[in-house]
Amino acid sequence: MIKAGIDVGAKTIKVVLMEDGKIRAKAKVLSGFDQEESAKEALEQALKEAGLSREAIGSIVTTGNGRKAISYASGDVTEPRAAALGAVFLYPSVRTVIDIGAEESRAIKCDSSGKVLDFAVNEKCAAGSGAFTEAMARALEVPLEEMGPLSLKATQSIPMNAQCAVFAESEVISLIHSKTQKADIARAVHDGLSSRVVAMVRRVGLDPELVLIGGVAHNPGFVESFKRTVGIDDVRTAEEPEFVSAIGAALAVGK
Amino acid sequence: MAELQEYWRWTEYTWRHPEMDWRQGKRIAAGIDVGSVSSQALILVDGEIFAFSNLRTGSNSPDSANNAIKAALKDTGMEIKDLQYTVGTGYGRVNVPFANRAITEIACHARGANFMAGPKVRTVLDMGGQDCKAIHCDERGKVTNFLMNDKCAAGTGRGMEVMADLLSIPIKDIGDLSFQVDEEPQPVSSTCVVFAKSEALGLMRSGWSKNMVLAAYCSAMAHRVSLLLGRIGVEDQFFITGGIAKNPGIVKRLEQELGIQAVKSQHDSQIAGALGAGLFADTLLQKGAQ
Amino acid sequence: MIANYGYKDGSGEFFISIDTDKCNGCGDCVPVCPPRLLELAADEYDPLSEKTVAAVREEERKKIKYTCAPCKPASGRGPLPCMAACAPGAINHSW
Repeated sequence: MIKAGIDVGAKTIKVVLMEDGKIRAKAKVLSGFDQEESAKEALEQALKEAGLSREAIGSIVTTGNGRKAISYASGDVTEPRAAALGAVFLYPSVRTVIDIGAEESRAIKCDSSGKVLDFAVNEKCAAGSGAFTEAMARALEVPLEEMGPLSLKATQSIPMNAQCAVFAESEVISLIHSKTQKADIARAVHDGLSSRVVAMVRRVGLDPELVLIGGVAHNPGFVESFKRTVGIDDVRTAEEPEFVSAIGAALAVGK
Repeated sequence: MAELQEYWRWTEYTWRHPEMDWRQGKRIAAGIDVGSVSSQALILVDGEIFAFSNLRTGSNSPDSANNAIKAALKDTGMEIKDLQYTVGTGYGRVNVPFANRAITEIACHARGANFMAGPKVRTVLDMGGQDCKAIHCDERGKVTNFLMNDKCAAGTGRGMEVMADLLSIPIKDIGDLSFQVDEEPQPVSSTCVVFAKSEALGLMRSGWSKNMVLAAYCSAMAHRVSLLLGRIGVEDQFFITGGIAKNPGIVKRLEQELGIQAVKSQHDSQIAGALGAGLFADTLLQKGAQ
Repeated sequence: MIANYGYKDGSGEFFISIDTDKCNGCGDCVPVCPPRLLELAADEYDPLSEKTVAAVREEERKKIKYTCAPCKPASGRGPLPCMAACAPGAINHSW
């Protein structure tokens, strides 16, 4: 029986098809303006990849910001729950899950079964999530996927005063005008974001058995900055970090 | 970025007292307010406003302060050396090179508001380019309670600018246009300017007119500011200073939500900081400061 | 005079309030704060007075939610060290 997990995120929708505890297929599409349509598209893409038809799916569990918007779901789970289940499935020793998404970031403390023991969220403020890096990439006129690699070329650390994406944009422009190297500015951007994420993590307690998940975990600049801020060299990042919550949603059936 | 400047464009200007002969005055005090977006310089002769200027803040604070005072002094025959005591304030208050002392903008706005709107003012709301301040003061304009928000763009001039830029509407027209709707729409749900911007795009895609989006945004911002004010309470009389005082889109909605009308003043809402700074300079002169 | 240091953003209101009428300038709150948010300084909001009172350091005011986070865990929160150290009860947190 195929279990489908759909993570209806603010920026992208991720679908994972699981069977007997194994991942059969994955798909990701932009959320766009119609989440339900985009989710259907993602589901169809995943089914095609697995060579299956819709009838093969036994359950569809959603998570993410639009989890209630999918009329054909059989159920939904909260983001902390999905993140914890998915993380522990992939990395059984993990006890702290740090999920950095496009619009929200959260830190979850869980036990070995993926049960949520505690969690903290950075929400409703663009400065606490991927939206921050995205806005700064526009201000720097650098493609988003190049922000991370650019920041790794920084030669100095500059503090960023602004704690708001809108004010940070003005600050970035001033820095550009005063001839600061873009690489150094990019590093400051990532340092700003990681400091806010780490402050949130400290509210549930920083456990070395942690994993970074969510789209922003793809960003090597963020990961480096995170390591610097927490002072841990060896920080686990999920291999396909944006799919972890969808995996957790799929696994949520029968739990 | 050049397009952003276009929608921000407002007139820079100076004012001079038509009859005052400053050479007859005993005390010449000045206040300089260098804000993140605009700067003002104001000169008081024996405690009365002699001249002031209102300019855009450049990228360099000391330059902005110098430009502002030069503009205010222009054609008066007065020079910087004639200023007996100068107080600097604002975002870049520590960067007024010719100031004798720096005083926080909170204290200056309260003092300025007291002069502009009278001793009955108890609550001052200042909405500036990059911050929002709520201040309680007594009958002498002394601060009794305050909070300032300069962390988050929502409720500041910069927040309005983002929306003006998105909708390609000159910032000075936002207020009036926001009332040209058939009925007041629901406010946008996000207080975060970045998320409100995405939400506005979605609304327009689903058929909302620009005016409706403006109304929804002004409504959300007014609500947010009223909650911020609520933290220290709004006591009669209520006075609004700063650039956003000139935006009826926010002011009218705010007054409605608070259930209180803001008192009016004949003075320009943007000079409160510089005026308060000048008044402190004047008091210090009276106390024998050099 | 009540000074409210902090901010409000989409995620909430985060203010540390210091009542300068109650504050006696003893400075006991300064060393107990792990990230050293507080300092003693001349009361900036009453420029004509000479009183020394506690204040949140200027560079910290915009990130108070983040800096205070270690003392405010998601669950199992105890008394805040700064408030506990203040005998006149001049310090208050809004969250």
